[in-house]
Amino acid sequence: MAAVQETVDRVRRIDVDQYRYGFETVIESDKAPKGLSEDTVRFISAKKNEPAWMLEWRLEAYRRWLTMTEPKWARVNYPKIDYQDLYYYSAPKKKELASLDEVDPEILKTYEKLGIPLREVEMLEGVVRPEGERKIAVDAVFDSVSVATTFQKELKQAGVIFMPISEAIREHPELVKKYLGTVVPTSDNYFATLNSAVFSDGSFVYVPPGVRCPMELSTYFRINERNTGQFERTLIIADKGAYVSYLEGCTAPQRDENQLHAAVVELVTLDDAEIKYSTVQNWYPGNSEGKGGIYNFVTKRGDCRGNNSKISWTQVETGSAITWKYPSCILRGDNSRGEFYSIAISNGHQQVDSGTKMIHLGKNTTSRIISKGIAAGVSQNTYRGLVTAHRKATGARNFTACDSLLIGDRCGAHTVPYIEAKNSSALFEHEATTSKISEDVLFYCIQRGLSQEEAVGLVVNGFVKDVLQQLPMEFAVEAQKLISISLEGSVG
Amino acid sequence: MALLEVKNLQVRVEEREILHGLSLTVNKGEVHAIMGPNGSGKSTLSHVIAGKPGYEVTGGEILFKGENLLEMSPDQRSSKGVFLAFQYPVEIPGVATMTFLRTALNAQRKARGESEFSTPDFLKKVREVAARLNIPQDMLRRGVNVGFSGGEKKRNEVLQMALFEPSLCILDEMDSGLDIDALRVAADGVNALRSPERAMVVITHYQRLLNYIVPDVVHVMSKGRVVKSGGKELALELEASGYAQFEDAA
Repeated sequence: MAAVQETVDRVRRIDVDQYRYGFETVIESDKAPKGLSEDTVRFISAKKNEPAWMLEWRLEAYRRWLTMTEPKWARVNYPKIDYQDLYYYSAPKKKELASLDEVDPEILKTYEKLGIPLREVEMLEGVVRPEGERKIAVDAVFDSVSVATTFQKELKQAGVIFMPISEAIREHPELVKKYLGTVVPTSDNYFATLNSAVFSDGSFVYVPPGVRCPMELSTYFRINERNTGQFERTLIIADKGAYVSYLEGCTAPQRDENQLHAAVVELVTLDDAEIKYSTVQNWYPGNSEGKGGIYNFVTKRGDCRGNNSKISWTQVETGSAITWKYPSCILRGDNSRGEFYSIAISNGHQQVDSGTKMIHLGKNTTSRIISKGIAAGVSQNTYRGLVTAHRKATGARNFTACDSLLIGDRCGAHTVPYIEAKNSSALFEHEATTSKISEDVLFYCIQRGLSQEEAVGLVVNGFVKDVLQQLPMEFAVEAQKLISISLEGSVG
Repeated sequence: MALLEVKNLQVRVEEREILHGLSLTVNKGEVHAIMGPNGSGKSTLSHVIAGKPGYEVTGGEILFKGENLLEMSPDQRSSKGVFLAFQYPVEIPGVATMTFLRTALNAQRKARGESEFSTPDFLKKVREVAARLNIPQDMLRRGVNVGFSGGEKKRNEVLQMALFEPSLCILDEMDSGLDIDALRVAADGVNALRSPERAMVVITHYQRLLNYIVPDVVHVMSKGRVVKSGGKELALELEASGYAQFEDAA
């Protein structure tokens, strides 16, 4: 039997029900009533003790959302979502904790199973980390409420604000008011508008002028409540000359109902500032019949507001039943730079429609897009990208490379680039390749002693190498692990 | 016991029989050359021994060290000591040659129940072998065969052969695409690996290669069978008279 045929057969037999992280934690939760209305919005706002201006902001978004319709242009199919049949807020009962000791042990156990224990746990256990080792600050978001925030002291010394956005709304209203919704306006798109109305929590980061954040900031998300939409809201601001690297990773427990996830992430860089935002996404992809799995409708956008500023997105997408996600850069400041590095793996019945937008507005702005799509099973994997230069964006430059790799012959890879140059000095390059994983290459590896699965793993890791290299060290290992987990499914 | 025994092997590809009862016995320490015109089944034989998918064995057997080779998966055959030097080695972008060598060597050792090489031991071994073959360090850092010249690709095959220390080496058309200097370097590398414990099967169209790798036994294949076997002088005879005489014999 030919190697590829064998792969196809194995893919047919895959049982994504064996989803590694498909466990569920039993904890009490405090839910809003099912369905969406002004009352739901008020309930959430009240739960968070929000000031009146925030409630007004949410209600305005809600009213606008009522007038909007769900976008249909992406290459994804899913049954109609009944927005009145979802819960919009749930939080673990226990909250407002003074220390990690008070964290529900069930929650801590969940992190342990993920192999991502809070660094604090180690410290409590008396584990001494070597001097000078890079630290990661974890703002653990469990369902919708942050239950543990660490490394606050060290960050405070540097003047960096890193806290749940619900707290930032109360403690730093001037900053939140100044930046919230300025990159992704409440009217932006159906899912972003919904998020604006009902967002529960998320991270807020502010790095003051000239400060290089002393550690990588990290948040691990988990959806853990049946039928609960997860509406994260993240806002990161790097003031003049500041730098911050932010890591976001997430896994979700297995369940039958589809779960809606509509997050919004806004990044702002002022003059000479830089934000590096890395994601490893592994939401539950659904079972072998394509049932269940997360609907991931995310709006992520960065605004290079200042001159010489830089925003870099790196993502490793392996999970979710449906991914609808286009982390983008608005290159407003002169000489600003945007980067997008992406690995999107789809297997089973997964559908991915993902890419980026690079919007060149300032002079001599540059952008770079490296996208690697890998499709297996009966999945559909689409890259959709927009590169545009405004007529005043003289000297704009973009380089795009989109490579797709197919495993088996029942999946699809699609590339949909939109390129618009409104001035004659813009220089845009676009390269795209689509290839099938070659039987000859697999046989070569196997003849040298590798198993079929190891061979596929090796070839795919080579294929995505350019992107993996962009991840911070701490994340690269986890990313490789996730890639091999998702490939395990594809070759049996 | 012979190292490799091919007995009355019959092989089909997509309903067409390519090998019609081929037999071949190779002992430890011997170098056998298999010569024959295009389409005589030389490469098919090498692929079937290595276990390449797409071939259907309809009769006969292959014993390797007395074991039934056809029941083993291709990676098992590799760890048991079967090595195929490819006519056209593939490129694997993004996978550094060094990484590939280490992954493969450790996979084979693991399959044999041996401990994996430590990084320093491995590096030492690779550097040593690479130096012998005139392979620069820079080549080991590049993706497997990516941007390699024809000669470099073949040298990379010989490097792996030296590193994995197989007991049976099958060299499939190793002279194709090589100029005379590159051929000499590769052949010298192969000759250095000749040993009383190892056998080689050299598959080639031309006698030229056999000036450098001198065989103990020469077989002529035609239309899916071995039609004549003899000493190294048989190759010279072929060079002079061509394959036509054997086409009729087959």
